[in-house]
Amino acid sequence: MFSHLLLATDGSEHSHRAADKAIELASLSTDASIEIIYVVDGNTSKSDVLHYGDSQMASRKREEMLSVFKEKIEQAGIPARVTILHGIPAETIIEYANHHPFDCLIVGSRGRSRVQTMILGSVSHKVIKHVNLPVLMVK
Amino acid sequence: MNFTEKLKMEWLGNIRGDILAGIVVALALIPEAIAFSIIAGLDPIVGLYASFCICIVIAFIGGRPGMISAATGAMALVMITLVADHGLEYLLAATILTGLIQLIFGVFKLASIMKFIPRSVMIGFVNALAILIFTSQLQHFVDETWIMYALVALTLVIIYVLPRFTKAVPSTLVAIIVVTALAIFMNAGVRTVGDMGNLPQTLPMFALPNIPLTFETVRIILPYSLALAIVGLLESLLTASIVDDMTDTDSDKNKESRGQGIANMITGCFGGMAGCAMIGQSVINVKSGGRGRLSALVAGSVLMFLILVLGSIVVQIPMAALAGVMIMVSIGTFDWHSLRNLHRVPRTDAIVMIVTVATVVYTHDLSKGVLAGVVLSAIFFAVKISKVKVEAVMEEAESVKIYRVKGQLFFASVTDFLASFHFNDEVKRVIIDVSEAHLWDDSAVGAMDKLQAKFEQKGVEVSIRGLNKESSRLMERIGGLSKASGH
Repeated sequence: MFSHLLLATDGSEHSHRAADKAIELASLSTDASIEIIYVVDGNTSKSDVLHYGDSQMASRKREEMLSVFKEKIEQAGIPARVTILHGIPAETIIEYANHHPFDCLIVGSRGRSRVQTMILGSVSHKVIKHVNLPVLMVK
Repeated sequence: MNFTEKLKMEWLGNIRGDILAGIVVALALIPEAIAFSIIAGLDPIVGLYASFCICIVIAFIGGRPGMISAATGAMALVMITLVADHGLEYLLAATILTGLIQLIFGVFKLASIMKFIPRSVMIGFVNALAILIFTSQLQHFVDETWIMYALVALTLVIIYVLPRFTKAVPSTLVAIIVVTALAIFMNAGVRTVGDMGNLPQTLPMFALPNIPLTFETVRIILPYSLALAIVGLLESLLTASIVDDMTDTDSDKNKESRGQGIANMITGCFGGMAGCAMIGQSVINVKSGGRGRLSALVAGSVLMFLILVLGSIVVQIPMAALAGVMIMVSIGTFDWHSLRNLHRVPRTDAIVMIVTVATVVYTHDLSKGVLAGVVLSAIFFAVKISKVKVEAVMEEAESVKIYRVKGQLFFASVTDFLASFHFNDEVKRVIIDVSEAHLWDDSAVGAMDKLQAKFEQKGVEVSIRGLNKESSRLMERIGGLSKASGH
């Protein structure tokens, strides 16, 4: 029943936990697949370009970072695909999830403090509110 | 895609998004342009004219559609002493010369030089910029009452908290309107933009700087122009890469360098200060949906229009509101990531970053910090790479000794390299295995010659094994020369 899974990740420890749960969920059905989605926003661009030199190097580093997730899923015998998008994280994830035939969206919750959430907002909360499919939030 | 199609795409490919984003950017630019003028010690209008001219010129001839260029903090900080010592006219001349230098840089396609600037220096550059923007605001707090602090705090709270509730209007604009209204109605008597200088409601006029065209003038402005050109290109090309990354498209860095040059030359002729691309504004532009050249054109035009229409209100903006905006700009400019990871990056990279920041904070000149960072990185690199490992192995009943050399042989490493050999060993033959080494220069070849000569003096036969192609070519060329000349 949950066979086409969308795993939203930011590369953090929390999204690794989300990936583990996605694998568990996918193992329940026979023809499951997982798509890993990563959103590059303005601040990520700024920091990555500063640290890796230019846009091409930054893209390569991101692919390397995401290939860890991909390999982990493939080792569990589940086909995986990586998609990198550009935009505001919450909105881009919502847009992508709502316009593709997924059965479930899996997100990690970063556990920001109250002050940080006040200023930065919570991506996972916003996503849960506006996505038209079942969401698994991994704490 | 042919030329006209590309041009059409860059101008008309995203009309709605570009116009909306352009308006948002114009509103965000006004307080920054005014604040940067005040940092440089100029009338607010100088930064506004610069932002207007640069934004519009770059819209037409820049190499990175979607990027916003205007009067910036980085440039303002470099020009402070020139303005203080010699005044506006000299700054305008320096601005034109800055443009000329940048144009030459672009024409000779030198944008690739940027890769010689280590990343830790770039990180130091933005962090130093953030710190200087912050400290430049402290003067506005001197001799002020609690009202100043309260208004700054209010500005910051609105800027950071409002986006949680609505993103329809830029929060900096709301903060400025609220704080300005409050200051006017409370009759708080705080300092305003009008107290800092003139804001004539007229379009910029063409005029060449009114200065003597002498060698003495060039001597005064050239150091500033060089520093401005370097700082401007650094920030512009960095910003171009960031916009490349945000939009997942490529851009022409040499064209951008030429565009920045022409934009500064024109700005200098219209009474504006030198500027460059702005990281913060470009991110705002892309986030607001701006992708094409149209957004920069709209931003520049709307900015000038607003100043012409609303100039009398703009002068009533309290300095507290601007200081708040500048504190936000400095927080946004600082690369917090680098602070969190300071203990994780290689020690030498961390030192380079800190030295870059410290040099800038001490000299108040971003270009000196970059120079110090680059030189220090080069020294660290030379030290790291000049570590040569020499392993000695005895073979065949003590009569043959093999030295295995690992590393890069060049001027900085030959001294240590030569010191690793023992010339007094009782051996018949010495084999120097350089298959894991590389000879780079004259000094390396000289060291090899010296080795051979010293061993031969002791009656030891020397052979070199495993020279790679490039190294042996170098040996033949230089070694052959020195032998032919009788050494």
